[in-house]
Amino acid sequence: MNRVMSNKWIIGMYILPAFLLISIFIFIPLLLSGYYGLMDWDGIGAMKYIGMENYFNAIQDGLFWQSAFHSFMLALFSAVSLIVYLAISLVLASKIKGSNLLRKIYLIPMLLSSVAIAQLWIKVFNPSNGILNSILVSLGVDNPPAWLAEPAVVLYAIFIPILWQYAGFYILIYYAALKNIPESIVEAARIDGATPFQIAFKIKLPLIMGVVKVTIVLAVVGSLKYFDLIYVMTGGGPNGASEVMASYMYKLAFSSNDFGYGSAIGFLLLIITLIVTVVVRKVTASKEELQY
Amino acid sequence: MKRVGYMLLYVCLIVVAVFQVFPVLWLFLFSLKNNQEIFSKSPFSLPSEFRWENYLKVWDSGIGSYFWNSVWITGVAIVFTVLLASMAAFAITRMQWKGSKLVLGLFMVGLMIPIHSSIIPLFNMFLNVNMIDNPWSIVITYTAYNLPITLMILLGFYYTLPREIEEAAIMDGCSVHRIFFKIIFPMTIPVISTTVIINMIYNWNEFVFVNTFISSDEYKTLTVGIQNFIGQYMTDWGAIGATLIISMLPILLAFLFFSNKVVEGISSSAVKG
Repeated sequence: MNRVMSNKWIIGMYILPAFLLISIFIFIPLLLSGYYGLMDWDGIGAMKYIGMENYFNAIQDGLFWQSAFHSFMLALFSAVSLIVYLAISLVLASKIKGSNLLRKIYLIPMLLSSVAIAQLWIKVFNPSNGILNSILVSLGVDNPPAWLAEPAVVLYAIFIPILWQYAGFYILIYYAALKNIPESIVEAARIDGATPFQIAFKIKLPLIMGVVKVTIVLAVVGSLKYFDLIYVMTGGGPNGASEVMASYMYKLAFSSNDFGYGSAIGFLLLIITLIVTVVVRKVTASKEELQY
Repeated sequence: MKRVGYMLLYVCLIVVAVFQVFPVLWLFLFSLKNNQEIFSKSPFSLPSEFRWENYLKVWDSGIGSYFWNSVWITGVAIVFTVLLASMAAFAITRMQWKGSKLVLGLFMVGLMIPIHSSIIPLFNMFLNVNMIDNPWSIVITYTAYNLPITLMILLGFYYTLPREIEEAAIMDGCSVHRIFFKIIFPMTIPVISTTVIINMIYNWNEFVFVNTFISSDEYKTLTVGIQNFIGQYMTDWGAIGATLIISMLPILLAFLFFSNKVVEGISSSAVKG
């Protein structure tokens, strides 16, 4: 048995195809990105080594910091909205009729492509024929904003479809975690006279804290690298008002042909994501995980 | 009092549900209207007649070809991903070798990385081997980037398969390949169907790789194709609506028939986000 199942050739045959693919197409490009960041390069001609210049430029680049600020705002909004999803899941998981159907309905936006969502919400936000302003006007708002065209509003306007897209995903995860809590624990608390609120906050929430922490990391990291929907909806505009790190990087490389600088920003995006992951994990870490 | 509170919570849940589906329903409504109706009537009004010709018009003027590109690229990438991830899961969970933990760790890390940190070198790589504007660059990229998540979903199932299966098979003189292809792989069909659906959603909806690597119209997939297409039809809302509904339909149909698989897959893909 052991001899057959530890034959090196056969192991190689089974693991190498997948391993080589992720090495060549995921990990080597990551390292190369850091390396290309050291170059002055237009993507076509020869590369010229310029040391850390691109990285120093990035640190002094106001547009980069502005886009980073927008990415972090999205991360903040996404993380805070988790509280709402948690509340919805608590209600949903408390033996409500139709909860299975409801959570599937919540999931629908998650199944759509970011391009389709972006195009749909461009229409929703349309100043004269979109549903949003139609509702606002019928509610008596005189001059509803032109959402995507106003620099002061656009960033928060595009957060709405992003949250809309992912709400069902987090509700689904919380719901599954809550359903995993053994009924006997909740029953015991109820017999001891705990109110539904006490059961929710003193028993259920602490028991799913592990899952909540994972979702915080997911929401924050997912937000920092967010791209598709913003790129399609506004292209980072008007005038950089909705630019995020990934869209700024993409623009530098594939519109301005500044591949060296774009690579440097791409590599910084990786570093920032890694640091934030570690920090969020540390901040939310507790000494002992609760068990049931 | 308790009943009132319960009703109130229920109403909240239904409001959220309406918020989640209403934009899509509205899209479907205006995909059946013409511009005259859209601009002169309330956006909530029903179409005066169902203008299915909007769908025929956009299908014939290019969306059809984007659609078939999406179908074959999604399909071929799924076959590669599921086969290679199954083989890797088999090697990692069933065979004994040093370094299996390390390799597994690398796949885990692969779940977390932002694709924008790798896309420039990837673009350059394909440029150097003359594979820019070649749909196979997309197939390979989808396969590589979906391997980690597919492997994660498969692993849980592989760990639960009893060891006695291989022990008995080896006693009978079965080769490793026969064990994998004839015994283990068929046993994992339930979890494979989950990974197929998850891969289908990811591949069908992917945008950045196609937008970056493909420039010819003939190779574009739906997500990128509709982007260009809508550019041309900027003012024809009915055509835009029909295009978007066509692009959403395959996934929504899959969801209608296999919603439990989708739910299962998305829950277990929580690590990806």
